[in-house]
Amino acid sequence: MSESTKNKSCVVIGASHAGVNFAFSLRKEGWEGTITLFDKDPEIPYHRPPLSKAYLTTDGSIEDNWLKSLESYTKNDIILRLGIAVSSINRESKHIVIEDGTVQGYDKLVIATGARPIIPSIPGIESAQNLFSLRTAANVESIREALNKSKQKRVVIIGGGYIGLEIAASLKKLNAQVTVLEREERILARVTAPEMSQFFENLHAENNVIICTKKNVTSITNKEQLNTVICADNSSYKADIIIVGVGIHVNQEIAKEAGLTIKNGIVVNASCQTNDPAIYAIGDCTFHHNPHYDRNLRLESVQNAVEQAKIAAAAICDKNPTYAVIPWFWSDQYDIKLQMVGLATGYNETLYRDEQTEEGYKFSIWYFKDETLLAVDAVNNAKAYVIGTKFIKEGKKIDKSKLISTIDFKPANLLLE
Amino acid sequence: MAKITFITSDNESTTLEATSGSVMQLAVDNGIAGIDGDCGGVCSCATCHVHVLPEHFKKIGEPSEIEKDMLELDDNVNEYSRLCCQIEVTNSIDGAVLRVAK
Repeated sequence: MSESTKNKSCVVIGASHAGVNFAFSLRKEGWEGTITLFDKDPEIPYHRPPLSKAYLTTDGSIEDNWLKSLESYTKNDIILRLGIAVSSINRESKHIVIEDGTVQGYDKLVIATGARPIIPSIPGIESAQNLFSLRTAANVESIREALNKSKQKRVVIIGGGYIGLEIAASLKKLNAQVTVLEREERILARVTAPEMSQFFENLHAENNVIICTKKNVTSITNKEQLNTVICADNSSYKADIIIVGVGIHVNQEIAKEAGLTIKNGIVVNASCQTNDPAIYAIGDCTFHHNPHYDRNLRLESVQNAVEQAKIAAAAICDKNPTYAVIPWFWSDQYDIKLQMVGLATGYNETLYRDEQTEEGYKFSIWYFKDETLLAVDAVNNAKAYVIGTKFIKEGKKIDKSKLISTIDFKPANLLLE
Repeated sequence: MAKITFITSDNESTTLEATSGSVMQLAVDNGIAGIDGDCGGVCSCATCHVHVLPEHFKKIGEPSEIEKDMLELDDNVNEYSRLCCQIEVTNSIDGAVLRVAK
């Protein structure tokens, strides 16, 4: 580093995947000053993806899902200030104001505030009983508790995206009666091809989850502890518990009020720096450029949070990191492991490859724009995921006829000659 | 109780003790360089790749099919490769030496 960081202060707002990984990376890069993490969540930072999956169905404690052990924060001299909300940023005097009015100065500020679930303004939603979203460990505790107390365990999930479907699968394991209401014509409409939507619709039907599409929820009523969810087509669903999974709002208010550039998220450059050189932003809350797809976008993923954390840490320590991420995601539902790589937006052809195995489902969907492979969705098929990743990364062309043939499934065999 | 030794890519050796959990979690909790475990241990990210010392491979055991496939993501894969989120800490792996893959 060009100058000593000994007397400097780095403040991080948000202590989830992005914020925590950033703090540890910054220490690793050689930052000698203080590192302070703020988060309004009072829990020791934990992995979020298991919340809707394994964590929801087990009695395990959140401690098993901590991102880092408590000792490792001490060892790396990282200060955790949990259960504390940050209310504003003063860029001129370089300090943040926390909820009780005290100020904390910074030399470098990192915004890792993530996102929060949207609670749509449906008439009656504010008086619904046992209505939850799922983003935090506390949300999971509330859902588990409500489910334990409920006799009939009728759960209506509003929203048929990944979060809704994962919750459906998990609650089914806990013997709930689950109905998913999706507004679009198919579940996962925004994120996947029709074939994949159909697969998951069938999978949930096999597991006795009722999936209803084209259901626009228009009101919720509550009588004697029982909710009724009413849709535009006049259908109605009784619910002891309602879970809302219809998308997120970016937590960008304090950045916006501070005058940072906002589009669909907080705008950052390739070093994760905002329009204020002392302020960086990382993770779900950022609107950034993806060089591989040459597009500005916002990503809700662990991978992006961790990658941007490393980039910002290196940049603050005067290294010259480059962001080169091919997005990947995963989802676990029942015994299905879905792995996705790439961004399918803009595809004009999909190819379906089935491994014809006798032990359950094993297939993949390949998204192309003309000859260019954009993305792969792989069901119980890590090999397809890995091969897809390699082709996308290296930009080599795939022989489509070989891809759907029974030829031995190896990258070398699929190359377009 | 099992003692497990990690050797990082800059040849730093660290021996850690544990009774349960995954080898990945043990490494992450102790800041072993090169073991990230981004997916939290569900065999989805291949950021916890280690090479088991050949003489210890038998007690660590073979990777599952999905793990084998995931390992192919890494160009440095060899016959002694494992994703250490898939290795459970038990007495039977006591003394194992794992080299963190580059």
